[in-house]
Amino acid sequence: MRLSRRQLLHTGLLGGLTLAVAGRLALPPAAPGFAANVADRQLITVLARGMLGPLPASGPLQVTGNVLAAIDSLPLALQTELRQLFDLLQQPLARRLLAGVAAPWQDASDEDVRAFLQRWRHSRLSLLRSGYQALHSLLYAAWYGDAASWPGIDYRLPPTMKGLL
Amino acid sequence: MSRLPDPWQTGLAAGWRVTDASQLERDLQLECDVAIVGSGAGGGMAAELLAKAGLRVVLLEEGALHSSSDFRLDEAQAYPQLYQESANRQTADKGITILQGRCVGGSSTVNWTSSFRTPAATLDWWRQAHGLGELSAAAMQPWFERAEARLGIVPWQTDPNANNAVLARGCEALGLSHGRMQRNVRGCWNLGYCGTGCATNAKQSMLVSTIPAALAAGAQLLTRVRVRQLQLTGERVDGVLADALLADGVRRSGRLVTVTARQVVLSAGAIGTPAILLRSRAPDPYRQLGRRTFLHPVLLSGAIFAERIEGYYGAPQSVYSDHFLHNGAIDGPLGYKLEVPPIHPLIMAATLPGNGAAHQRLMQRMPHLNVTLALLRDGFHPQSVGGQVRLRGDGSPVLDYPLGAVEWEAARRALLSMAELQFAAGARAVLPVHEDAGLARSWRQARQMIAALPMQILRTRVVSAHVMGGAAMAADQRHGVVDGYGRHWQLQNLTVIDGSLFPTSIGANPQLSVYGFALRAAQALRQRMA
Repeated sequence: MRLSRRQLLHTGLLGGLTLAVAGRLALPPAAPGFAANVADRQLITVLARGMLGPLPASGPLQVTGNVLAAIDSLPLALQTELRQLFDLLQQPLARRLLAGVAAPWQDASDEDVRAFLQRWRHSRLSLLRSGYQALHSLLYAAWYGDAASWPGIDYRLPPTMKGLL
Repeated sequence: MSRLPDPWQTGLAAGWRVTDASQLERDLQLECDVAIVGSGAGGGMAAELLAKAGLRVVLLEEGALHSSSDFRLDEAQAYPQLYQESANRQTADKGITILQGRCVGGSSTVNWTSSFRTPAATLDWWRQAHGLGELSAAAMQPWFERAEARLGIVPWQTDPNANNAVLARGCEALGLSHGRMQRNVRGCWNLGYCGTGCATNAKQSMLVSTIPAALAAGAQLLTRVRVRQLQLTGERVDGVLADALLADGVRRSGRLVTVTARQVVLSAGAIGTPAILLRSRAPDPYRQLGRRTFLHPVLLSGAIFAERIEGYYGAPQSVYSDHFLHNGAIDGPLGYKLEVPPIHPLIMAATLPGNGAAHQRLMQRMPHLNVTLALLRDGFHPQSVGGQVRLRGDGSPVLDYPLGAVEWEAARRALLSMAELQFAAGARAVLPVHEDAGLARSWRQARQMIAALPMQILRTRVVSAHVMGGAAMAADQRHGVVDGYGRHWQLQNLTVIDGSLFPTSIGANPQLSVYGFALRAAQALRQRMA
């Protein structure tokens, strides 16, 4: 019991240090805003698989497009925060130590991604939990806000509105 | 585009003066009697009253104009268009997610129509503890009656939908007092999509009531314009300086809008109004500005029923219980009001805990899902001091609202009450909305689980749809930002007319409180200007 608590403490401390170091290593954003790049798209697709589970064939592409559109409509201060989160995840040291994912994201298995998400979801550091929750909100909003997901949950718009909208 | 009639199309064709500031090709200077910043519940009410009194009114709105022909019952479209920060505004530590409108009509365009007068117990407390001696229930009654008549606020006669019926059934089984709500609707179709903008114009939001009336009386409306600051000369406000936004609603276009006015009314909501005063470096000699901002922090509990609930259809809120507001002292451990939220896929998926296969199974049960919510009455207990509005480096506001021991104690009690109620109503399983919770199959199992849940931000889901306070009314300038009529203590021609007036939370959905206080403050302003 004592050992595991000490281990936990150690992990927390290491996590905090790594976060500080990785934060310094991540490049400061050039301008306010998110400004998505190719690596962001790949990362969102990989994270969507891990977070949402199996999707219909067109799902990942739709989710990625919807996530980027959603980020675009956020205030610049929030876009900048998300830019920092994505930069951090794409920083190899942070990916290994903070996310616990050894392989580059495009080679990471679904298992690796799920383990990373669970680690952040239950982390002792509220900063990592907030990172998880940000990804959770973005990805779930992107998928279940899309009418393509609705047959899977037996949801439809009210029949009275048919033809009126 | 919707095929239902849209009063804005006829109004605009008839010559209402509405300018989308994102389309400005050069800077704009205007001069008027009253500049009103914000077109929500406070600004809308003030605009109609003052414009009909013959005053020249300019209404500035940060959000865009969207009306019924744009409303498609579609969350993915509505949240970025109609809500602050795409319905994902959060407190500084990300612990609380806040639903707040940002569009013509403000939160009144997207709220769920629940209408309560300010509870007598709250007004009593304001008189006793905040020295606001004039604010008796009797003194406020005419203002509430006037708002109710204006907005069609009457008891909702239709049967509650199955989601609300769960709350009524649970209360009956446990012997808890409960009631039916009043709603601000006329000819409601009982669709359930109030939160994405009313497609049938039944909801009597500012968008379809007071703002059209103000425009018909000659008021001018500017949209997609974000007020940067007040222009101050000593103790007077000369007007407001604002940035036109681009059509994306995010970035500034570079065009400036200046409105010179005899009187300025701030109705930008309980985050926006303090933020404008902070950016203006308005006098705040007693450091009251932006403090004691309250949220009614909300806890959520999901429940799976054998039968279909379809909580996406039907008036979203029609049943409530105040049992847990009345069973203790108002300044004791935090009480809570029980209600239910509408259940739509985007917001539900983003709110429910977990991921992967477990979350997918939960979403597949969405037609059978009831969600109950408890909104905590903050601001009465001595340790419930609320949050503080601060400015980020770019001048945008952020609310710092750390949840402390008194809130978490109430949160656990609320999760227990809701689980017990849901099982009493016949739930097969209950899921407290918390990352460490699982599906409980019995009240006994739920009780044990909830007792052990760590109460921490970003584990316990906490949300809010009611932002109140931050520019509070007070009996003297040492204890608040404005007097009992919203007049700023230091700036003589500035009036605050929105939810930031309230010295505590309301203890009920606040829209009717905002309407009543807005009419009272706007009437007083009109008399001062006569």
